[in-house]
Amino acid sequence: MTRPISKTIEVPVADGEQYSLKMGPQHPATHGVLRVDLDLDGETILKCTPHVGYLHRGFDKIAEHRTYAQGVILSDRLDYIAAMANNVGYCVAVEKLFGISVPLRAKYIRTIVCEMSRIASHLLWLATHALDIGAMTVFLYCFREREVMLDLFEELCGARLTFSYPRIGGVRQDVTRHFIEVLQQFIIEFPKNIEEYETLIDTNRIWLKRTLGIGVLSAEEALSLGLTGACLRGSGVDYDIRKHRPYDAYDLVDFEVPTANEGDIYARYRCRMEEMRQSARIIQQCIDQLPPGPIVGDDAPDLVMPLHGNRKTEAGSTTYGNGLIKFLEENGEFPIGDTYVSTEVPKGELGFYFISDGSGRPYRMHVRSPSFIHIGALPALTEGSMIADLIANIGTLDVVLGGCDR
Amino acid sequence: MESMEIAGKLQERFPDEVLDICDFHGQVGVVVRRDMIVDILRWLKEGADLKMDHLMDLCGVDNKQRPGKGLLRLEVVYNLYSIELRHSIRIRAQVPENDATIDTVTTLWTGADWHERECWDLMGISFNGHPDMRRILLPDDWVGHPLRKEYPLKGSVEWSGLEKLKNKVVQLQEYDLSDGTLRTGAK
Repeated sequence: MTRPISKTIEVPVADGEQYSLKMGPQHPATHGVLRVDLDLDGETILKCTPHVGYLHRGFDKIAEHRTYAQGVILSDRLDYIAAMANNVGYCVAVEKLFGISVPLRAKYIRTIVCEMSRIASHLLWLATHALDIGAMTVFLYCFREREVMLDLFEELCGARLTFSYPRIGGVRQDVTRHFIEVLQQFIIEFPKNIEEYETLIDTNRIWLKRTLGIGVLSAEEALSLGLTGACLRGSGVDYDIRKHRPYDAYDLVDFEVPTANEGDIYARYRCRMEEMRQSARIIQQCIDQLPPGPIVGDDAPDLVMPLHGNRKTEAGSTTYGNGLIKFLEENGEFPIGDTYVSTEVPKGELGFYFISDGSGRPYRMHVRSPSFIHIGALPALTEGSMIADLIANIGTLDVVLGGCDR
Repeated sequence: MESMEIAGKLQERFPDEVLDICDFHGQVGVVVRRDMIVDILRWLKEGADLKMDHLMDLCGVDNKQRPGKGLLRLEVVYNLYSIELRHSIRIRAQVPENDATIDTVTTLWTGADWHERECWDLMGISFNGHPDMRRILLPDDWVGHPLRKEYPLKGSVEWSGLEKLKNKVVQLQEYDLSDGTLRTGAK
């Protein structure tokens, strides 16, 4: 007995030529588990309703029941394409809350890994975005370079995707000489690689036809929608947290923030390509300036994994985590208050809003995830355009559903 | 402008609305009544020397076990930033438990839409005038609002839709997607 699979797919037909179509949650071009309900008139999108939450794991709630150090592991799972940037964002936020200072060497190392993470994320974005749109060649070229980044991360901390490498108050391990040598070599060659991608893409007529003048957002619209990162800068708003509210070593290095005024998909693509060049520049300066010294601050609550010589209490007594006991001894009490600290991750602005009630665990943690806000902007971008442009628009927003659903 | 200065001006402009001003690590939070929240935020957004045009974050907080005087059960926190003038401020609007509603700010920032839906979904604060007040992260038939303090971390019952979902997975297993035919021997 055979039954054709098409019988299970029902396309409800509304009156006339209008019909509705459910795209996802398992669809290769939605970059994860995003479901989009579309009301169509022919190929024109009348109404677009994104549905998210398939990956919701309740990070806000879980974090309230964990110590601050344990939260680092949660931040890995937000935007798993650029986990290192999330880790750093989380650590920077907790450091602000507790007033912990970070040694200079650790700041530089964090800046290096953040920018490596930006390169890896943008490469994955370019590869999949181009593949979705029909410029297929560039896919493997991007993965070739991304592999170098992942190998370096693996050498640094043993993991390739979920690192938990930064610690509150520093980083877990020092960089090796081999790591710096390989990275240096990569940085020298990387601008040539970017040129290679641009040769492949900028002369591709399919790519140009599907990006120029598509998904246009004005600066006011982009701001009102809450877009950040390259999506906002592609509309001509010069907002980069690395410049506006510098953290780690970003105020010690020289770099430019690329912007474009057109506000279409091509403008955002140009911004991201230029950002990769600037990342390479930042890494080069960090390698040149990397100072000697400790990698974790003396007053840092290195909580779960005590470093050698920094071990104050037994590993078993982790009511607050080891470091926080030390913090209590020195300060007498935990701070009571709230802070909102955001960092520039590859996708945009990642913010952590913490409320501390003096208990050693977050009273409330809220993650302002760029992917969540960006998917919210999808109806504004797509309604009235063609269904094929939806794919290009999802790609250009650069979303990761792990970050969106939390 | 310094955040404290903005808070002072805000208190001058809305003397009856501002309940408290707190400073922590250089970040200033202004505790306000909920009634004129849209006017307050519009004033901050459109004032010529303020221009708080970027709504960085909006979230709900449950104040049940939080230390602090004069706080109501719930609050909605708005983190604002001015991209041009590079200053920021935090507005904390107090919301009572028995009437957990507040006016929507989607009229000021369209991007507040999803923030507010998340706040309703996880914290149970409803927004008056919101165009699409539905749950966003959790399934539509979910009971309760998980970020309330009385909501347990680990529950004893499963989500009601889980059985239905499991059955559907079993049903779909009878299809072999490789050639579109029924898999023999499948239940």
